[in-house]
Amino acid sequence: MAQKKQALNIDADLARRLLGEMMLIRRFEEKAAEAYALGKIGGFLHLYIGEEAVGVGATSVLRPDDYAISAYRDHGHCLAKGADPRRAMAELFGRRDGLCKGKGGSMHLFDKTVNFLGGHAIVGAHLPLAAGVAFAIKYQGGDQVIVCYFGDGAVHQGEFHEAMNLSALWKLPVIWICENNRYAMGTSVERALAQPEIWRFGLTYGLPSERVDGMDVLAVREVVSRAVERARREKVPSLIEADTYRFRGHSMRDPAGAIYRTKEEVEREKQRDPIVLFRDRVLEAELLAEADVRALEKDVNDRIDDAVTFADASPEPPVEWLLTDVYKEDAEGV
Amino acid sequence: MAKLNMVKALNLALLQEMERDEDIVVIGEDVGVDGGVFRVTEDLHRKFGGKRVIDSPLAEAAIVGTSIGMALYGLKPVCEIQFSGFSFQGFHQIENHAARYRMRSQGRFHCQMVVRMPYGGGVRALEHHSESEEQFYAHIPGLKMVIPSGPRNARALLVSAIRDPDPVVFFEAKGLYHAAREDVPDEIETLPIGRAHVVREGADLTVISYGAMLRVAREAAETLAAENGVECEVIDVLTLSPLDRETLVASVRKTGRAVIVHEAPRSFGPGAEIATSIMEGAFLSLEAPIRRVTAGDVPFVGFARERANVPDVARVLAAARDTLAY
Repeated sequence: MAQKKQALNIDADLARRLLGEMMLIRRFEEKAAEAYALGKIGGFLHLYIGEEAVGVGATSVLRPDDYAISAYRDHGHCLAKGADPRRAMAELFGRRDGLCKGKGGSMHLFDKTVNFLGGHAIVGAHLPLAAGVAFAIKYQGGDQVIVCYFGDGAVHQGEFHEAMNLSALWKLPVIWICENNRYAMGTSVERALAQPEIWRFGLTYGLPSERVDGMDVLAVREVVSRAVERARREKVPSLIEADTYRFRGHSMRDPAGAIYRTKEEVEREKQRDPIVLFRDRVLEAELLAEADVRALEKDVNDRIDDAVTFADASPEPPVEWLLTDVYKEDAEGV
Repeated sequence: MAKLNMVKALNLALLQEMERDEDIVVIGEDVGVDGGVFRVTEDLHRKFGGKRVIDSPLAEAAIVGTSIGMALYGLKPVCEIQFSGFSFQGFHQIENHAARYRMRSQGRFHCQMVVRMPYGGGVRALEHHSESEEQFYAHIPGLKMVIPSGPRNARALLVSAIRDPDPVVFFEAKGLYHAAREDVPDEIETLPIGRAHVVREGADLTVISYGAMLRVAREAAETLAAENGVECEVIDVLTLSPLDRETLVASVRKTGRAVIVHEAPRSFGPGAEIATSIMEGAFLSLEAPIRRVTAGDVPFVGFARERANVPDVARVLAAARDTLAY
């Protein structure tokens, strides 16, 4: 057993933190799905369930003053970066105590206190923004980095290539993390990309590029950690393709009988559940005991129940806020 | 005080602001080593180096998107799009991101940035190199849309735009770049964004315009004074958004008549918003329908017919005389 502990190369505190954060995000998403079904969340809702190891693994090697920016499947990244789940849930509910006072919503979470620069709903469009933030960090002589998450669909877009080129050309401290969950909504990577090995696009621009098992939180940690060091010390950007999978639909509006992927495929992929895999490994390595995991579960459930209660109790934004914060002079000053 | 054309005046604004504030960077295609397609950024690269005057790849979405990221971090980028007709490659970054960050994040993030672009006809160029797209930008909440009409106000407004905490789209009329020289003071000047300027006072008819068309409006006003004894009030809008409705309405309450002149196509153009604003604010003062003198509802035509498409003094005079005779 001692040998296995060695093989994991982490201590109990870190194991608890990684497992706890993944479980927190999972529970948050499950409760968000319930709330959506009850009509508390409008429009569309994109869940991160199945992909937790990427956001948690990557964030675990960042400093608090590093930055993260994301696409529309952003709840997990925002929570991993340290946002308060109560305020994140309130934002999903469109309430005034939400991270963006209820006016951003699920796809546009922002939290300046944890340097989370937002979710972005236009696919691929936030990649140049990440390059700009990285430029500004370097310009001002800082040693922070920015992690930019995007899906495989963003690779179809021209801005992916523009941003890869810029980051390599200007040597920007950015880590590009493509969460390849294999489908841009219902279109598989193979049906959309002539060259489907996404990490290889980085090589075209001279970026250190690699693929990682996105269901293995420790593997993600290791790969991102190397990339962060390169970015921080040498201002060398990297492209990481995380092989992951979403267990739920593209959004909560996906038809039940969606035919773009088979039930068998989904069931097979669920065997790679990042939380189950990691939990089993830390138990096997005796880093944590069953009782620790149960305690984590209880803590996570309590925190998310509390988040839902908080969100439910928060009032809707007042009508007078409708036209505020469009320009500086009409900021309502909260 | 120096006599400068608009190119030199804009260059001076950039130079002085960059000397004042190290957070200001200039980015765009060929803005650095080459000095810009219209030379507005000439010499800045030599003075401030490639770190602050950045030659970007030929990729408008990346130019605007990267500028937004810089602004989120706290820099104050001034990006240049070579021609407004090319701006649609980066339009969605302006519309989806720059204009919305403040509201989405409830003021926690904002984009202090300027997107400069030459617009309009007068240089015998084809479609994308001669178009007027101000209506697209003026329509976007969260953006400011500024169009100067000469060297001195161009310089002052660019300084104000750079210092404005909200994103500003700054249109520079190509036809004005070298059209005239004006006295421009050495010390930095600003002009308030969101304020129109009455450039000629008169009691008989209000002529409203901006950018390169202001010269046409002024010439028409002088002709009417000389030939018809009619005194026009001429208003230079300067900022399309937010629009200075107060100044426009106050003038028409006095004159009772208005002619709007712009280079953009007519339908759903700035003239429609200006006319409606006047109607709402000065309805009981109106003596005649408000007239618009604009380009046609066509993509910008080739140079052979450019002068038939873009308003000229004769067309403004005809509209003004119709209005006066109503």
